[in-house]
Amino acid sequence: MASSSAAASSSRLPQSAYNPRRHVGVHAERVSDVSSTEYPGHYPGEDHSWDLAKFRENLKVEVKRLSQRSVEFDLVGVDASIANAFRRIMIAEIPTIATEHVYVWNNTSVIHDEVLAHRIGLVPLNVPPGMFKYRNPNGVPTDQDTIVFKLNVTCEVDKNTSKEKGAPRKLIHEEVLSGDLEWVPQGEQASVFTGDLPPPAPTNKNIVLAKLRPGQEIDMDLHAIKGVGKDHAKWSPVATASYRLHPLVILNPSKPIPPHLAQKFANCFSPGVVQVGKGGRVSIDERNLRKESMSREVLRHKEFEGSVELKRIRDWFIFTVESEGPYAPQDLFPESIRVMREKIANIRHAAEALLADVDGAPGAVAADGDVEMGGV
Amino acid sequence: MSDPTPKIKILQGALEPDLSAATYQIHDESHTLGNALRWMLMKNPKVEFCGYSVPHPSENHIHMRIQMYDNLSSLDALLQALSNLDDLCITIDEAYQKNLGEGQYERWDEQS
Repeated sequence: MASSSAAASSSRLPQSAYNPRRHVGVHAERVSDVSSTEYPGHYPGEDHSWDLAKFRENLKVEVKRLSQRSVEFDLVGVDASIANAFRRIMIAEIPTIATEHVYVWNNTSVIHDEVLAHRIGLVPLNVPPGMFKYRNPNGVPTDQDTIVFKLNVTCEVDKNTSKEKGAPRKLIHEEVLSGDLEWVPQGEQASVFTGDLPPPAPTNKNIVLAKLRPGQEIDMDLHAIKGVGKDHAKWSPVATASYRLHPLVILNPSKPIPPHLAQKFANCFSPGVVQVGKGGRVSIDERNLRKESMSREVLRHKEFEGSVELKRIRDWFIFTVESEGPYAPQDLFPESIRVMREKIANIRHAAEALLADVDGAPGAVAADGDVEMGGV
Repeated sequence: MSDPTPKIKILQGALEPDLSAATYQIHDESHTLGNALRWMLMKNPKVEFCGYSVPHPSENHIHMRIQMYDNLSSLDALLQALSNLDDLCITIDEAYQKNLGEGQYERWDEQS
């Protein structure tokens, strides 16, 4: 688990975090002020129209923690719709490679063909998806869109074990593991997967796919293709991609916590959030605020009513992304931005064509008959 | 097979001829882009109203309703919003890459 030297993950909050307009209220049984109101025309005399320079100034992106499998980063200064778009893309629209077609030549194990095929499909592969094309649904597989694996395992009694009476029988291939998948290079693939690029294989070699008894055999050919998580979760590159809003605890200076209740008050929060100073003076340690669980325990006690407010910061997203598959965890977020820009470019291209259509034939009926532009 | 579904089309009932109010059907998109684009359109002071919907979960498209002040073209506003959204993506990407390069994060070991 995490080391305690969390120096990089904790720092003091900027003063702007206390701007009440940025706060979502957390109450005993509801939340308040969830939606942003910063749109043009909402506040008289204020300009909230899109301004890239202002956005760039307010934006803060900070990677907090990184391991081989996961990353935690802060995205501050964007609307929920933007943060949510990236989260959704990471889960459902970043492509990966997964087994899609399974050809069973023999399966005498107790696990059914289709159940085993499903399990094999879910095994994450280490193949970089950028190197492959999507398979044409009507075409034949090629070396540019399909990776072939072979799974041929037979369970036998190990002849080398002791022949003594009563000695336990040792079996070979009692378990079929993901590591038993054997890559069969197609076309030019053998010359591509050389050097630094590891040969296609499951990222985890120890996933149990089936169990066998002596004499039982599994013999299959597997075709892995490129896909996205919205078609099937096996193509999702992440185990989880989620965000939460930065917690905030605000003490009311006009109703301080009495010293004899200070420890009880501190115990209502996650460890380290509330500090009890000399003489029972209570203060909030901003460096530990992000660890607050927001259990709302403090709201259950009558004696603390009115002396504390629980909030979250509406535009401060703490992302946690766990990679499962070919991407390094820190590469998933940039990849989601790339996919988002691709989507934008597609629509822009189509909208420009539409604009040319509309401008080109004013008052005409569009080709699909849906727009009636006559009558002027 | 007949014509493939167009990526974007204008639904019946758009205000002619300036398209100052129109509903666009965007094919193969969902809340992911719909909500982000709606937000960016609402950031435009010339937009009187903007909303989106996913009319049916088994139909793979969204509807984007845009109404403009001053008889301006909603299609122009849509294009402007798309371009602004692209700028936003570039800005976030740059900020992320810059911070990642600085390496001011905690590294830790996670067993799989």
